[in-house]
Amino acid sequence: MNDWDDLYLEVILDHNKNPRNNHELKEHTHHADGHNPLCGDRVSINILMDNDIVKEVSFTGSGCAISTASASILTETIKNKKRNEIEKLFKDFHDLVTNEKEVEKKLGKLAIFEGVKKYPARVKCATLSWHALMAALEGEKKTTTE
Amino acid sequence: MLFENIKENFPILDQQINGKNLVYLDSAATTQKPNEVIDSLNGYYKEKNSNIHRGVHTLSQKATKDYEKAREIITRFIGAISSKEIIFVRGATEAINLIANSYVKPLLNENDEIIISQMEHHANIVPWQMVCEEKNAKLKIIPINDNGELIIKKIDELINERTKFISLNHVSNSLGTINPIREIIEMAHQNNIKIMIDGAQAVQHLEIDMKELDADFYCFSGHKIYAPTGIGVLYGKKELLRKMPPYQGGGDMIKSVTFEKTIYNDIPNKFEAGTPNISGAIALGKAIEYINRIGISNITKHEDDLLNYATSKLKENSKVRIIGEAKQKAAVISFIIEGIHPHDIGTIMDSQGIAIRAGHHCTQPIMDFYNIPATARASFAIYNTKEDVDKLVEAIEKCIKVFA
Repeated sequence: MNDWDDLYLEVILDHNKNPRNNHELKEHTHHADGHNPLCGDRVSINILMDNDIVKEVSFTGSGCAISTASASILTETIKNKKRNEIEKLFKDFHDLVTNEKEVEKKLGKLAIFEGVKKYPARVKCATLSWHALMAALEGEKKTTTE
Repeated sequence: MLFENIKENFPILDQQINGKNLVYLDSAATTQKPNEVIDSLNGYYKEKNSNIHRGVHTLSQKATKDYEKAREIITRFIGAISSKEIIFVRGATEAINLIANSYVKPLLNENDEIIISQMEHHANIVPWQMVCEEKNAKLKIIPINDNGELIIKKIDELINERTKFISLNHVSNSLGTINPIREIIEMAHQNNIKIMIDGAQAVQHLEIDMKELDADFYCFSGHKIYAPTGIGVLYGKKELLRKMPPYQGGGDMIKSVTFEKTIYNDIPNKFEAGTPNISGAIALGKAIEYINRIGISNITKHEDDLLNYATSKLKENSKVRIIGEAKQKAAVISFIIEGIHPHDIGTIMDSQGIAIRAGHHCTQPIMDFYNIPATARASFAIYNTKEDVDKLVEAIEKCIKVFA
């Protein structure tokens, strides 16, 4: 048992090393750049929406293990989901990492980020790609975690 | 040995973080405070608190005496000619803003130029950008080489008849580079240009003497030299300060006020509008007395030993790259580890009770120069030991193991 095991779970380390859907998306309907001015992390999200459903999603950018893994798992999670489902997921995910209230709904793979709530300095790392995602869905081009 | 028991003077260091003994390696961000600084703050509010420069009552006289005594201590510490040249400010940032607005702005015309360097802290970039924007003037940048040293010969090329001011840091907060400011001050003066030195990362490490350096303006922050936050020093040559308009208007900076005309006070009070940080100034004096007792040259030697030890230990690891390898360095080491983001290094370190800084250190142009998003930075002070360095090295190895 290491002191940091509650944060750096195997799945997170794996997604950091081998991020999924980590490329440009030539054909996309939504795009936004997320920036955390505090640490300089950048994550861009590209989405191809069809009939209110995410058909394709990818991300690019550079960041720490938490922000990279979060972006990677986000792309896996939202594929084939409807916009209102994604909005609900974001809310639940945000509650999960900030511990504002107990999250009862099953978050699936996203639940591995629960450890982040013990590291307040890292909450923005975990939510950066989600902020970019929400900005993209709302038609904004840029967002920051500030 | 002088430094063996020094940690005992700093009560905050005697604690556990995440179940480990605290190893504080973030002194370039802010230093910890010795007992006598903490006691000074406490004692001031328990026994002397009152407003200065105006009361006839005993407490006010005591507070005024201590406040002005601190100014004398600082005068001697930086080798200024007169205590009138010492202005209390909130910190180096306020000092630079004061000079930008009260000295440089009135001199600037359209297309004039101000010179800074690639390695400045944002505090020595943004105030100059603001005045340049207002006056349609230009900011010129002294470049650095791969070691993180100023390319001195480029300064001559940058200086021309439109150059109105130069502002440089003495020591870089993210690279640790000690700049040859004596030489650059001389270059500025040969061209009749005034120069300001940001000493926020220098005065806690190096002996300085205003008479010998001949800087026109020099500044530093108290909290980086074992004193509280919210107090700092602007040094300026008397003849320059006297000619300058005030930075802020208010109480204490005037001789007389009528609705028709206000006559400003003499320096330094002209630049200290409003009730200042009295307890902070007095505690800064105490911090400097503490340093004087240890001896600044002993401090330089102790920190050099730590820097050399840490540098050689870090270089043994092929995955670690030190950012900033100037020949002349203060005890600051920025580094990156192959494949690991500095934020993750910072979190692993914290889990081991080690406090380092991870980020761009308010020096984004340096990060752009090296084409990296951020660095991890370990910075050393009088209370650090070789054991602290060993723990840092051990934690770096743990980081590599986790992210391998």
